[in-house]
Amino acid sequence: MSGTAAAVAMSGVGVTFGAGRPNAVTALEGIDLTIQPGEFVSLIGPSGCGKSTLLRVVADLLSPSSGEVRLGDRSASEARANRDYGMVFQSATLLDWRKILANVELPLEIMGFDPDERRARAREMLELVRLSEFEDHYPWQLSGGMQQRVAIARALSFKPSILLMDEPFGALDEMTREHMQMELLNIWQTTGTTVIFVTHSIPEAVFLSTRVVVMSPRPGRITDLIDIDLGLPRRFETRENQQFFELITSVREALRRVDPAVSEPWG
Amino acid sequence: MKLIRRRVQTYLPAIILFVSALVGWELAVRTFDIKGFILPSPSAVANAFSEQWPELLTAGRGTFLSALAGLGLGAFMAILVAMSASRWESVREGVMPLAIAANSTPIVVLAPVANSWFGLLSPWSSIVVVAVLVFFPIMINLVRGLLSTHPNQLELMDSYASSGSKTLWSVRMPGALPHLFSAFKVAAPLSLIGAIVKEYFGGSQERLGQYITLKAGLFQFEEAWAAIVLASAFGIALYLSISWIERKVIPWHASMRSA
Repeated sequence: MSGTAAAVAMSGVGVTFGAGRPNAVTALEGIDLTIQPGEFVSLIGPSGCGKSTLLRVVADLLSPSSGEVRLGDRSASEARANRDYGMVFQSATLLDWRKILANVELPLEIMGFDPDERRARAREMLELVRLSEFEDHYPWQLSGGMQQRVAIARALSFKPSILLMDEPFGALDEMTREHMQMELLNIWQTTGTTVIFVTHSIPEAVFLSTRVVVMSPRPGRITDLIDIDLGLPRRFETRENQQFFELITSVREALRRVDPAVSEPWG
Repeated sequence: MKLIRRRVQTYLPAIILFVSALVGWELAVRTFDIKGFILPSPSAVANAFSEQWPELLTAGRGTFLSALAGLGLGAFMAILVAMSASRWESVREGVMPLAIAANSTPIVVLAPVANSWFGLLSPWSSIVVVAVLVFFPIMINLVRGLLSTHPNQLELMDSYASSGSKTLWSVRMPGALPHLFSAFKVAAPLSLIGAIVKEYFGGSQERLGQYITLKAGLFQFEEAWAAIVLASAFGIALYLSISWIERKVIPWHASMRSA
């Protein structure tokens, strides 16, 4: 394939849990989505719409029952073996027995980087998330927001071309959350990484993304693709911008069409 | 200084209780004229302890070393089996029900027959009884620890396409260490029980178990008690060493975080 391959291409992806049994659940059905390099795409939808499941399929942590996922010119499993993506989970998932620096070094260690290179890269990443002075701390000595920044540093440490994020800021308070969003945008712009971001917060999806994918539950399908043309870089004032509110409204209306129960304004 | 004062304050109630129990014991023996074969006084035991010190030391060292060797052998086997049981489901399904059944049997009943396996004077009869005794609690606890790894951590390792053995050594094993240390704290006193009970049924004269049966048979209960005190001192020392190693090895664990 040529160098112009999409960063991520999903075609006809379906996932059925317990296929063939009477209690089988169709989590995803007929998902087609193409993401270009450098895009920041959010997946949003009510609980049970399969957005996290879809992220796991892209990550090859779950095999689809039908359809195909390609990352660049590789299949999902080749991409995982090739360490093409970094993943950030809702909980920071740091290893309690490793100090912060060693936690960031973990993927580099698995990938066989030599110790000096590992240390240098991990320090560079901690600087990027502004946690350099905590490299000798244990995870439990850090706040939830700081732990999540370590998890982001760890996911970026091996410079993957794709970042997969599963509600990474879901457990954070609103202040920390907005702060982390700015930092993530800075990192995204400086590294040029492609990001797929799962969230159930409408303002978060709009503020961060270049495109929002709206999904519906039972079975999980894509119902709307909304381009977010807020321009770059996003600033603090972007949140107070009229266009920002209009985009939030159109995402909320798209969500209301898929599930009338969605009425909470800042979900 | 502050630290020492706090330590003293922490242990002061226990020390006071211990000392008053000793004093009460001594007074009770003297006032009620309790016979030595029922309960010798602490002072008589202390006396026997100092008079018998060379013999006690030889016997104690022999018993302690076989308990330690048995603990080492049993733990080594338990760790090997636990690692394969956690790695392969078929091993787990075959081994675990038997292990749980065996753990519920009083394995120390093996002691009388152990002498006929290896010979009365062979150190192996003690070592094997102890090893069998400590094997099951260590193995069962470690399997539980190795299997209680958080699913997110395993998914994280999968996302790095980590190999099974790398995941075992980087995630499963460190996460299971708190379980392993708990198991060792249970197994340490068990190892001394196993060694001494085995010695009750015969073996070298220069062992605590034989020493106690011999002295009790001769109605020298002060000396039997001195040996009992030595055995508990070994037990406590072993437990404290394990706690000390635990603090060094898993300082990150919630149970180790001091205020």
